[in-house]
Amino acid sequence: MLYALLCYNDEDMVFSWTKDQDAAVMAKIDVVREKLIREGKLGPSLRLLPTTAATSVRKNGNGEPLILDGPYAETKEQLLGFYIIDVADLEEALAITRALGEANPTSNYEIRPVGLYHGDERETARA
Amino acid sequence: MTDLAWLNAALVAARPQAVGALLRYFRDLDQAEEAFQEACLRALKSWPNNGPPRDPAAWLILVGRNAALDGVRRRSRDAALPDEAVLSDLDDVEAPLAERLDGSHYRDDVLRLLFVCCHPELPATQQIALALRIVSGLSVKQIARAFLVGEAAMEQRITRAKARIAKADTPFEAPGAVERAERLAAVAAMLYLVFNEGYSAGDGEARAQLCDEAIRLVRLLLRLFPAEPEIMGLTALMLLQHARSTARFDAAGQIVLLEDQDRSLWDGKLIAEGLALIDKAMRHHAPGAYQVQAAVAALHARAPTFEETDWTGVERLYATLEILQPSPVVTLNRAAALSKVAGPEAALAMTEPLADRLGGYFYFHGTRGALLLQLGREAEARACFDRAIALANTAAEANHIRQHIDRLSQNSTRPESGPSHAMRP
Repeated sequence: MLYALLCYNDEDMVFSWTKDQDAAVMAKIDVVREKLIREGKLGPSLRLLPTTAATSVRKNGNGEPLILDGPYAETKEQLLGFYIIDVADLEEALAITRALGEANPTSNYEIRPVGLYHGDERETARA
Repeated sequence: MTDLAWLNAALVAARPQAVGALLRYFRDLDQAEEAFQEACLRALKSWPNNGPPRDPAAWLILVGRNAALDGVRRRSRDAALPDEAVLSDLDDVEAPLAERLDGSHYRDDVLRLLFVCCHPELPATQQIALALRIVSGLSVKQIARAFLVGEAAMEQRITRAKARIAKADTPFEAPGAVERAERLAAVAAMLYLVFNEGYSAGDGEARAQLCDEAIRLVRLLLRLFPAEPEIMGLTALMLLQHARSTARFDAAGQIVLLEDQDRSLWDGKLIAEGLALIDKAMRHHAPGAYQVQAAVAALHARAPTFEETDWTGVERLYATLEILQPSPVVTLNRAAALSKVAGPEAALAMTEPLADRLGGYFYFHGTRGALLLQLGREAEARACFDRAIALANTAAEANHIRQHIDRLSQNSTRPESGPSHAMRP
């Protein structure tokens, strides 16, 4: 069974951590990650960049995509899925988002750059 | 991380909002700071036992305000505020209260707090010191160390700056659109000063942490004004420049120029964030000086090597910057980029008219020397390098020029490097 674990925190506070504080948290997280890797239970894991770097694509009243600065802040919808894409710039990411939006006309998106990416580790334990 | 470290991070994060709101209530900076101080003391007592509140800023504002109003009869039309025992486990209570007290004021509170530090009569160093003291909450000792001055001198400087802004008319009404834009521009300039103060410092110095602080504050500003392309540009500019910080100094603490930096040392996370922001800003089609400078930094960040830099793009961006914010230094940077695209002769011609205004500028003579060297005009190149060395501000600058002269002395081979890029490393 696959589960996605979504991590929430207060951005103001996390970005007020000193380098040492940040490193201390990451080191503790790494201990947990390493155990999961040994057990072959860890898929991709990543750390997102701040919401200030995000762009949202919402549907306007006519169902046309509307591009807005910042995170997706509506509470009416629920998070139902996500994609990791590898592209040159925001324009390319937006083009892909539009294509996805056409395939799934009522959906909304937040495009957020990834700061730290670890790929699927499930095979690492066996290797 | 200890409990105390967590707590401290929460207080630091909440400070701009909380002090900003308290300043609006009391209309007095000292009173606002005292109230915040008092609220922090109570937080240190309360939070470790009751757990941190869901919205630390709202908690600190309420408790700080209550503390300051202790002993003062509140006007009867004021709704009674719950005491802090109630506030400590306030999930339900807190949100509507905070809403009623502040609502959308938060944004303008933080902007106002930053803006009071930008008083035009205050010299740049005082603006920076004041912002670090009031908005960031650094101690006078920390700020004094960052500026390499004594604590007493810094204390005096800050006291004087505060006295001056106390006399000034601080605008407390919610600003209109034009005023808000003006305040944003002033605050952006001040934050860039804070960043530059850190950027120009050597590696590992106390001043270098000012870059982190400037980035923290500009991110906060961007969150409050998420659709302002120039604030995106400034944030991107700081991130992209700061990404190079570990590559900018060698083991001996000497500055390493952009062309010689080990790009594998650049911080990929900061670059990703900077590139995302400059991409966002460009979509607004409202170019500004910060965006253009960030776009130049982005071209450097995207280039796998110095040689593979998109010099045509860099040259065009500097041409745009010449229009937006004309300055001889910008033209000099443009000339350095032009030499990569059109050759040293064209670049040299572009620098000619700058002699009057940049005659006392190290990079002017360094750049011209390198261009002349490329053209094989060695005697003139040597004269330029000699002038540059005489004008160098740091040992690293002088060393860089000496390398050119050394090459000149042993010169049997053609010099390979182009003009030293006038843009800072």
